[in-house]
Amino acid sequence: MKVEFSEAAKKEFDEIVKRYPQKRAALLTVLHLAQREFGWLSRDVMEYVGQLLDIPVGEVYDTASFYTMFYKKPVGKYHIQVCHTLSCALRGARNIYEHLEQKLGIKDGEVTPDGKFSLIKVECLGSCGTAPVVQINDDYYEGLTIEKLDDILNHLDKNSE
Amino acid sequence: MFEKVLTQHIQIPESRDIDYYMKHGGYQAFRKVLKEMDPDQVIEVVKESNLRGRGGAGFPTGVKWGFVPKNDDKPHYLLVNADESEPGTFKDRLLMDGNPHLVIEGAMIASYAIRANLSYIYIRGEFVKEARILEAAIQQAYDKGLLGKNILGSGYDLDMYVHRGAGAYICGEETGLIESLEGKRGWPRIKPPFPAIEGFLQSPTIVNNVETLACVPFIVERGARWFKSIGPESSPGPKLYCLSGHINKPGVYELPMGTNLKELIYEYGGGILDGKALKAVIPGGSSVPVLRPDEIDVAMDFDSLAKIGTMLGSAGTIVMHEDTCMVDALLNLIHFYRHESCGQCTPCREGTNWAERILKKIEHGQASEKDVDLLEEVANHINFRTICPLGDAAAMPIQSFLKKFRDEFNAHVAQHKCPLNSRL
Repeated sequence: MKVEFSEAAKKEFDEIVKRYPQKRAALLTVLHLAQREFGWLSRDVMEYVGQLLDIPVGEVYDTASFYTMFYKKPVGKYHIQVCHTLSCALRGARNIYEHLEQKLGIKDGEVTPDGKFSLIKVECLGSCGTAPVVQINDDYYEGLTIEKLDDILNHLDKNSE
Repeated sequence: MFEKVLTQHIQIPESRDIDYYMKHGGYQAFRKVLKEMDPDQVIEVVKESNLRGRGGAGFPTGVKWGFVPKNDDKPHYLLVNADESEPGTFKDRLLMDGNPHLVIEGAMIASYAIRANLSYIYIRGEFVKEARILEAAIQQAYDKGLLGKNILGSGYDLDMYVHRGAGAYICGEETGLIESLEGKRGWPRIKPPFPAIEGFLQSPTIVNNVETLACVPFIVERGARWFKSIGPESSPGPKLYCLSGHINKPGVYELPMGTNLKELIYEYGGGILDGKALKAVIPGGSSVPVLRPDEIDVAMDFDSLAKIGTMLGSAGTIVMHEDTCMVDALLNLIHFYRHESCGQCTPCREGTNWAERILKKIEHGQASEKDVDLLEEVANHINFRTICPLGDAAAMPIQSFLKKFRDEFNAHVAQHKCPLNSRL
């Protein structure tokens, strides 16, 4: 499959590059755009981004692999990230995580067979005052209980049909 | 009476809107600076205010700005450090969410002071909502002619953009942030040269924390003397304290610098969850040395906390009650530092890895007394042997937990299990 940005993304790319004195500095922003377009960063996508910014693919990979938010393999339609750092852990993050494992039937770093959900433990999300916290795609879900979590999952499950 | 200034309007949804902000005095400080002050005068008033960096190090902000060369021909840059990631810290997020124009105005004034024409807000990638709020607010500022070319006819040009990180704690370290902004791994640089001389793209660069910059418009408007009248004179100003963990009312509290920690926990925070007894407090974000209950009658400011061997850091106060296993709590934190170590320096990369392994052994009752000693030795070999402070940030909790809660580590060894059956 040929990797290419949509027309809208191409326009956005042109805008992004203008914000930086050097093309290389746009790399993280363009990788975010690429991930939004293609879902994850395959070798082909990284090569494409490298061509756009005149950066060797090895260097694109070097940078992309450093950051946890850049996915080097496909994730679910709903990517569930459970914070398990101290403040969340003190307020029951483990229960939240284990409930998700059980309910979705997957473990840390896995995707459900239908591709709907993926689950991962993440480090501090910076929302310690509303622990426990889970991030699903772009959104934070704070002050969670098992009941609230079930409601959210049911809602997402319905939405995806 | 203490007047909240940073978070005064934060509960009101319209506070994000530029018209609301301007109606309540917003952008007056920036106008004043453009009309009445030259950059050096701005630096002078910030120096005089004794404003100290709210990101963790507590370095005097005006002094930092003063390091930027005055008559060079390189471009200058102002970077807003919105990569809030220190466990226990969630104050900058609140400001960006509820008072974005205050942060932007602070960044504008700082940019003017250091003669920068380009500024980036480097925000952690997870804060998608806050990034959008800031982008919308910046657009409003452009629409009002407060950003762009020849701002309000002053001849001063400034562009500002939001730049999203992508999940790496180390990018909160200022040189890691700069590397990351250049499109590379967030590997901290050896200093000197300091960023004020050679930062983003080898040009003079100032990196300031969100809350630090949010103080600046008030200093310009109300004066250094007003700022110094709040809290201790050497470490003054309004301060955002974050309370989390086993506390009845977790959240962000704007209070005078130097607020008593005990008062913060029991009066503002409503005391310990479930009426339990307090066991430990980490006062300034996960990397600072832990305190025992008999040590919390202390003022929360840079100097007072340093005096008792800990730090104000980012004022991320994590409270733990009597049911907390200190070995498991430390294991949780060291897992974090092991995960977030950038891998550049051997003592940090290998040391955090070994420390986590030893802690797992202790927590699971498989360790001997020698392992506890070894853990301490590993921490001592990380400290002060790395390019950036992440190594120290991992070593300090290990050293302080061992110093203050050694009996719990020994109990795990003696009983061959976790006495509290902890499962953090």
